[in-house]
Amino acid sequence: MTPDDIITALHDVRDPEIPGISVVDLGVITDVTVSDTGKVSVQMTPTFVGCPAIEVMKSDVQKRLAEFGDVSVVVNFDIPWDSNRITERGLLALKKHGLAPPPRYEVEFELDILENIACPFCGSTNTTVQSPFGPTLCRSIHYCNSCSQAFEQFKPL
Amino acid sequence: MNNHIKDLLYRMADDSLVIGHRNSEWTGLGPLLEEDIAFSSIAQDKIGHSLALFQILHTLGESEPDTAAFMRNAEQMHCCHMVELPIGGYDFSLIRHFFFDTAEMLRYQLLEKSSFLPLSLLAKKVRGEIKYHVFHANTWVTQLGAQGNEESHNKMQAALDFAFPLALGMFEPSKFEQELIDEGVFAGEQELQRLWMESITATLAKATLTIPTDYTPSYGGRYGSHTEHLQPLLDEMSEVFATDPVAEW
Repeated sequence: MTPDDIITALHDVRDPEIPGISVVDLGVITDVTVSDTGKVSVQMTPTFVGCPAIEVMKSDVQKRLAEFGDVSVVVNFDIPWDSNRITERGLLALKKHGLAPPPRYEVEFELDILENIACPFCGSTNTTVQSPFGPTLCRSIHYCNSCSQAFEQFKPL
Repeated sequence: MNNHIKDLLYRMADDSLVIGHRNSEWTGLGPLLEEDIAFSSIAQDKIGHSLALFQILHTLGESEPDTAAFMRNAEQMHCCHMVELPIGGYDFSLIRHFFFDTAEMLRYQLLEKSSFLPLSLLAKKVRGEIKYHVFHANTWVTQLGAQGNEESHNKMQAALDFAFPLALGMFEPSKFEQELIDEGVFAGEQELQRLWMESITATLAKATLTIPTDYTPSYGGRYGSHTEHLQPLLDEMSEVFATDPVAEW
């Protein structure tokens, strides 16, 4: 058993609010180790500190890994989550779910990054940010001037 | 042991908890749907930050987070007076949000360098979240101060004059100030207040709003002396929890 085996298994565990994306692709799994004696240790971190989904994800991770025997799952901020941790596959999964994926950024982002986000429905960048806050902590609200649709973005953090 | 760190953590945790609950009172009442969502979302972030701080306190031997949050009386709380006040009008809530979040952003920036590792890790984590809060506050304070009309400008100025002495209560010195500074845990309330004044002065100039010159800071909150608004808030907040404190939710 290697950490890769654990990560493969963790691809089965989904974000409870966006079932198309796994916890691995979302970037909330920050470390997986397997000791010489076979003890599995997983570290996770929430997207936003107050995200209520982290408890559900932690318990789903524990359930999925039960077959591996001695498993400990810890939630901490040792490696803080940011939206750059979402994998390429994760970004596609978000788009498929109807959410504009967060743009990649280097080091720091400025909030004008929220302007002209590509519409997940028609692809147009003729869009306006309506509110940097949305129905969940991790989403912002936008409007597409081309296809006249409101849409949400999984926002950069 | 660690009394200086616990004192700092309780101040921060109680401020976040109480302002989180106050901000959540705008849910369903915001003047625009987007503002309703913004205040609700910011409230949820604040409650999340307070939970993270109570969890650190728990590792230092303090109560479970829920017990710490819901089972203390007003005189056991360390929050400043500003966060206790009812939401009032949108003018007051916005100015309070602006004063509080600017201070919180700067406090966590200083704490990124803290010698107390759990706090520096949390500080690095919340950075991006608070950026959204401060952006929101700055946008509206500038909008209503400088780009609205005379009425919006006057309302914001009156709210600012009222809230400023309350805001200074955020920086009421701790009795452990020197210890925190010497050990590199936190640069201290005085330094924080200096950075905060610099920052709000710049934004308020853009908003064409002025900082009052005659004021007395509203102190006492950090030492358990509170306004009459805190206990009723705590009673309401803990009403359900107190019916059965050992229940598994």
